[in-house]
Amino acid sequence: METDIAIIGAGPAGLAAAAELGRLGAGRVTVIEREPVPGGIPRHCGHSPFGMREFHRILGGQAYAARLAAAAEATGASILCNTTATALQDGPALELTGPEGVFHLQARAVLLATGTRESSRVQRLIGGQKPGGVIPTGALQGLVHLNHQIPFCRPVILGTELVSFSALLTCRQAGIRPVAMIEPGPRILARRPSGLLPRLLGVPLHLKTEIAAIHGRERVSGVTLAGPQGKTHLDCDGVLLTGSFRSEAALLAGEGVDPHSTGPIIDSFGRCARPGYFAAGNLLRPVETAGACWSEGRRAAHAIHAALRGDLPDPSHGVPLTIRSDLIRYALPQVIFTDGPGRHGQIQLRVTRPVHGILSLHQGPMVIASHRINALPERRITMPLPKNLLPDPLILTLEETA
Amino acid sequence: MAEVAGYDVAIVGAGIVGCALARRFAIDGARVVLLEKAHDVLDGASKGNSAILHTGFDAPEGSLELDCIRAGHAEYLDIHQRLNLPLDRCGALVLAWDAGQEAALPDLMAQARRNGVEDIEPMDRAALLAAEPALAPGVRAGFRVPREALIDPWSAAHAYLYQAIAHGAELRCRAELTRAERRGGRWHLTTAAGPVEAGLVVNAAGLWGDHVERLLTGESFFRIRPRKGQFIVYDKPAAGLARHILLPVPTKITKGIVVCRTAFGNLLVGPTAEEQEDREDASLSPDTLRNLRETGESILPGLAAQEVTAAYAGLRPATEDKGYRIRADLARGLVTVGGIRSTGLSAALGIARHVAGLVGRAPREPQHWPQMPMLAQAGPRDWQAAGNGGILCHCELVTRREIEAALNAPAPARSIAGLKRRTRVTMGRCQGFGCTAALAKLTEARFTQPMTCGDKDGD
Ligand SMILES: Cc1cc2nc3c(=O)[nH]c(=O)nc-3n(C[C@H](O)[C@H](O)[C@H](O)COP(=O)(O)OP(=O)(O)OC[C@H]3O[C@@H](n4cnc5c(N)ncnc54)[C@H](O)[C@@H]3O)c2cc1C
Ligand SMILES: Cc1cc2nc3c(=O)[nH]c(=O)nc-3n(C[C@H](O)[C@H](O)[C@H](O)COP(=O)(O)OP(=O)(O)OC[C@H]3O[C@@H](n4cnc5c(N)ncnc54)[C@H](O)[C@@H]3O)c2cc1C
Repeated sequence: METDIAIIGAGPAGLAAAAELGRLGAGRVTVIEREPVPGGIPRHCGHSPFGMREFHRILGGQAYAARLAAAAEATGASILCNTTATALQDGPALELTGPEGVFHLQARAVLLATGTRESSRVQRLIGGQKPGGVIPTGALQGLVHLNHQIPFCRPVILGTELVSFSALLTCRQAGIRPVAMIEPGPRILARRPSGLLPRLLGVPLHLKTEIAAIHGRERVSGVTLAGPQGKTHLDCDGVLLTGSFRSEAALLAGEGVDPHSTGPIIDSFGRCARPGYFAAGNLLRPVETAGACWSEGRRAAHAIHAALRGDLPDPSHGVPLTIRSDLIRYALPQVIFTDGPGRHGQIQLRVTRPVHGILSLHQGPMVIASHRINALPERRITMPLPKNLLPDPLILTLEETA
Repeated sequence: MAEVAGYDVAIVGAGIVGCALARRFAIDGARVVLLEKAHDVLDGASKGNSAILHTGFDAPEGSLELDCIRAGHAEYLDIHQRLNLPLDRCGALVLAWDAGQEAALPDLMAQARRNGVEDIEPMDRAALLAAEPALAPGVRAGFRVPREALIDPWSAAHAYLYQAIAHGAELRCRAELTRAERRGGRWHLTTAAGPVEAGLVVNAAGLWGDHVERLLTGESFFRIRPRKGQFIVYDKPAAGLARHILLPVPTKITKGIVVCRTAFGNLLVGPTAEEQEDREDASLSPDTLRNLRETGESILPGLAAQEVTAAYAGLRPATEDKGYRIRADLARGLVTVGGIRSTGLSAALGIARHVAGLVGRAPREPQHWPQMPMLAQAGPRDWQAAGNGGILCHCELVTRREIEAALNAPAPARSIAGLKRRTRVTMGRCQGFGCTAALAKLTEARFTQPMTCGDKDGD
């Protein structure tokens, strides 16, 4: 098979790119989606808010997903569901797998928009037994919203990110009564006003607390919590592991992956190290809102459109960006261009912990930009780029101020 | 309930050993029943191991264990293709990291040769680094054991079971043996799934072997002291870092921490050796997982950049004695196969042959060869073939057709744990983030141990 632009992943980023490429008349667009229905994570979400930036109204996840898919199809994109991209090849070309087995798709450009997943319990170093009933939020959303099933009745929820509160709402809707919300850090990680939610829903919140062990042989029977008061036992019948997202970058098989962002290394146009491949959306880094991913998808469409016409600068002319501070969790893009269509015009980054400090961009001995920031790990920080750069490597530092 | 008419052989325990015994006896023409207390087979020691098909190079010289490993290894090589079971002949490297270990190598090599593993090859540091480019440069010397291999530990056991069933054996799950009486030259067994009568009982109860022995005879000649082994599992890109099974120089107590690929294309580091009393609690400890990461990185520094996606622990049915505790009391119609501690996967087919010999049954050739689904990375896998119904588990590339097949197998999956072992579903990096809902739908009402605890009210 052949197409002009192949997009892997029919979430907000992939579908936004498909619609925009169609509008630009960039060529034939084929979206590859492994699930039976397009829409990405929002399709698994019964709750709002989605859609403010895109459709100027507040939508539930499923309605939002349906609109995105319709918008892409309206511009002529074809969406191939039940189809998994199983390998990336030079060309670019994709090895795809569907119900009829393996087939190949040649393209002039490929956009990777495969999103994120949550960390497993091992990545969070949770000890204890391995009974049934320990699941990530993605699984809960699907069970409740797609199947109308409930995996447990009295779980503990680990995490206090935005997604943790989505999970709390989902529990509430499904008649599940969480017995506690657990946060290893000293404060709730979601922005206000969601911080008020657990108290509003009558769920006790334990800060500076970890799940030391999970108990139960067939089903969860309880957890050991380790917190400021030492170790305590809590009865429950499930554990919901929320947040702590990582990029779904398995297709890259470890090549061209940034250990900080967990996603692909990209330049300002979203180009990956491998020729012909672009990336957008939450794959780039965990995790932004659907609206932010949608914007990135649209921007990627412009970059791809330009690339197909030969309007992008040579990839080797970019200036690499290196992080030099433990306070910075990641910074994107990893290779900077200051000119050209469909560019990430800014550096986006996140910090590892709450910090007041000075964020500086260096080239050789020169400080070329410097900003005072007051940052929280849950907030995206953007840093505008100076107009003209030397060809020297860029270094990003963050000095904490008292 | 009426007493079920008799079997020739009742095997207690459907671990890897019980499954291999059922296969042997059924092929040899006996009427066999396999009794398992859990929802599904392989719920004890056989739940988690290193999946190495050993040669026996380091087994105690002249031991029954060595004989069984050698016979089991040979029979696996003989039958795996006909059952569609994988075999990764990657070989092992035994590595010395300090002077003391290096000094132990000649004795180990001599032992290997005396154990009939004559094809070992001594290797110096340069040869080791050439054979394993990702190895830490501090390695000093070692030797290669070419026939150590990797297999799929669950498919192997399921294949033995399915082949037993194809030859007329019956499996009963949730059938814990709770009482036993020998009357009129026959055993009258009480199980959670009803009474069973048999001429011969084989105790293959693994971690509960001494317990079952007491049920059968009122006493036990061995005592199980479970020895836990924890592992961490790296995501697939890490598998490129190891070509061989990387073994340390063993101590008297343990084979030590191994680094090896899995048949499924991951890389694992483990196991620990921790004695405990509990026979069911295979708990993971965060400190141990951290230590395993460090050990792994000290052997393959490249692991520092790789992602750990899972961890598990297995319990070895160790006893006060190092060797196998196999004993036949034909007057009483009883064979005990106890204490199959750390080599049961390799030795199971050999143990079954040995036991058949003890009771005087002549081995026959199998008539039926069930075809196992190929789950190994080297494939060919079902997702690559037409009509697979689509991929359901995206990390492990498990298809709908494979799940349907496991739910409809001769011994169907009865729990999510059983389905995982039969298909690998949800065992990958996302741990069910993407596929749990679809899986719950597909398995609805198929498990005796359901995945969900009910339907949502309203909506
Ligand atoms: C529980 C939860 C609640 C949320 N609530 C909100 C909210 O209220 N408001 C909000 O704005 N944001 C919310 N978000 C965030 C939002 O869902 C994400 O930002 C958004 O979905 C990211 O879009 P994406 O296109 O990058 O990736 P995704 O939506 O993750 O889409 C990626 C798609 O790629 C597919 N895919 C992956 N790999 C392959 C492959 N190899 N082959 C084929 N297809 C593949 C996946 O199946 C998926 O459909 C929530 C997230 C979660 C998890
Ligand atoms: C960490 C670890 C690593 C290992 N690595 C390897 C390796 O690389 N290679 C290798 O060859 N071997 C290895 N082994 C060893 C191998 O896994 C064991 O030797 C083997 O699993 C023992 O199997 P079994 O059938 O004897 O016991 P089990 O698997 O324990 O089976 C016994 C069964 O009996 C059932 N049962 C108990 N009581 C009753 C009752 N009253 N009624 C009915 N059923 C009952 C149990 O539920 C269980 O299913 C390893 C083991 C461990 C733990």
